[in-house]
Amino acid sequence: MAKFILESPFTQDFSKIHIGDTVYISGYIYTSRDAAHKRLYELILNGKPLPVDFKNQCIYYTGPCPKKPESIIGPCGPTTSGRMDKYTPSLLDLGLKVMIGKGYRSDDVIKSIIKNKCLYLSATGGAGALISKCVKKADVIAFPELGAEAIYRLYVERFPTVVSIDSYGKNLYVEGVKKYRELYY
Amino acid sequence: MREINAGVIQDNVQKLFASTCCDLGCDVENSIKKALDAEKASSGKKILQQLLENINIAREDNIPLCQDTGMAVVFLEIGQDVHITGGYLYEAVNQGVRLAYKNGCFRKSVVKSPIFRENTLDNTPAIIHTDIIPGDKIKIIAMPKGFGSENMSAVKMLKPSDGVEGIKSFVLDTVIKAGANPCPPVILGIGIGGTLEMCTLLSKKALLRDMSQKSSDKYIASLEDELLDDINKTGIGPQGLGGKVTCLKVNILTYPTHIAGLPVSVNMQCHASRHREITI
Repeated sequence: MAKFILESPFTQDFSKIHIGDTVYISGYIYTSRDAAHKRLYELILNGKPLPVDFKNQCIYYTGPCPKKPESIIGPCGPTTSGRMDKYTPSLLDLGLKVMIGKGYRSDDVIKSIIKNKCLYLSATGGAGALISKCVKKADVIAFPELGAEAIYRLYVERFPTVVSIDSYGKNLYVEGVKKYRELYY
Repeated sequence: MREINAGVIQDNVQKLFASTCCDLGCDVENSIKKALDAEKASSGKKILQQLLENINIAREDNIPLCQDTGMAVVFLEIGQDVHITGGYLYEAVNQGVRLAYKNGCFRKSVVKSPIFRENTLDNTPAIIHTDIIPGDKIKIIAMPKGFGSENMSAVKMLKPSDGVEGIKSFVLDTVIKAGANPCPPVILGIGIGGTLEMCTLLSKKALLRDMSQKSSDKYIASLEDELLDDINKTGIGPQGLGGKVTCLKVNILTYPTHIAGLPVSVNMQCHASRHREITI
């Protein structure tokens, strides 16, 4: 399994990156989860401009804890990506390149990942404290009224992830389990 | 008759939640260390290492190990010779939860109406279960329960003729259906017997057992081992990305039941199995 350090926003293509590879993300990424996705989707449907240009950018599905006064951000592990599936293809069509979350994606999302040559990366669910240490800057840039669900722009260094769906649509959630399954009933 | 002030209960509830959200029990940590040896998948190994590193960071910095600091579940075992003075017991518990989540900068994850879903902003109300026991003490158990795993839990009213095979296939089905969603490796609390609500309550109580302990019933202990073994052959692995370690521990509690029934409940818990207790 190869290791990559990717700088966001992205300039390279992902053709050499495969499921199971380790990817460290550095640079600027955007948080967004259920409520913010719903709003972005409605803006797109109504033909209105988005608060962020997502071209070549990365979205991280998370809803952090409130931060302590002395910290940059509270614990911020990934949330379940599948809840964003309905909204995802529209964002990928607008140029969003990488998503970080946890868990399965729908067939429509996988088709859109192949079409737009994107990556879906999995972060470790439950490792919120560890991931918060990779965040060096955090600013709310849209929907502040949504609290933990607002869109934050984060500056991250070496955010550890594993490639779970690559730009060819190969899926580690399927292939990985197949490899280690010993029980059929 | 011993008098215990409601304020003492409030303070203890606050302290228990404040510590357990940031300081995971060593029993869970040790079981992840053991799992690291058993895991063959390279991504699985890395994930388990990250979980261990995360536990240390949370403990050292006194920050929650997971941003889902859960819904506050509280078990109270109240000695029948105790008289609670100076306020209403449940309000004291809720005030303890309120202060712990506010002062600890924990996420407030409770909505007032399950339909209209407006946040209560203080993580109350808590879910409070009380048992009356002999004696003049109160045991308080605090258990912040995250919903990634709670959502993957299930209960089924089996037929008596389904027997132990029926129980096993229901448990395995539940784990396989859950897949990556409950953030494996998981811990399973299983309740068998009683009524619909009793078996679900047992499955939650089963999650409170120390990771080094098995059921005191020999047959049930071997069923726990057998289920653990089978679950770890599903291939789901850490975070559902494939591997050997899907489950760290299976705990079963049983209760007498009706001649016509065999209720079974599976309560899923991620590795962030946070619970702490005190007896006052």
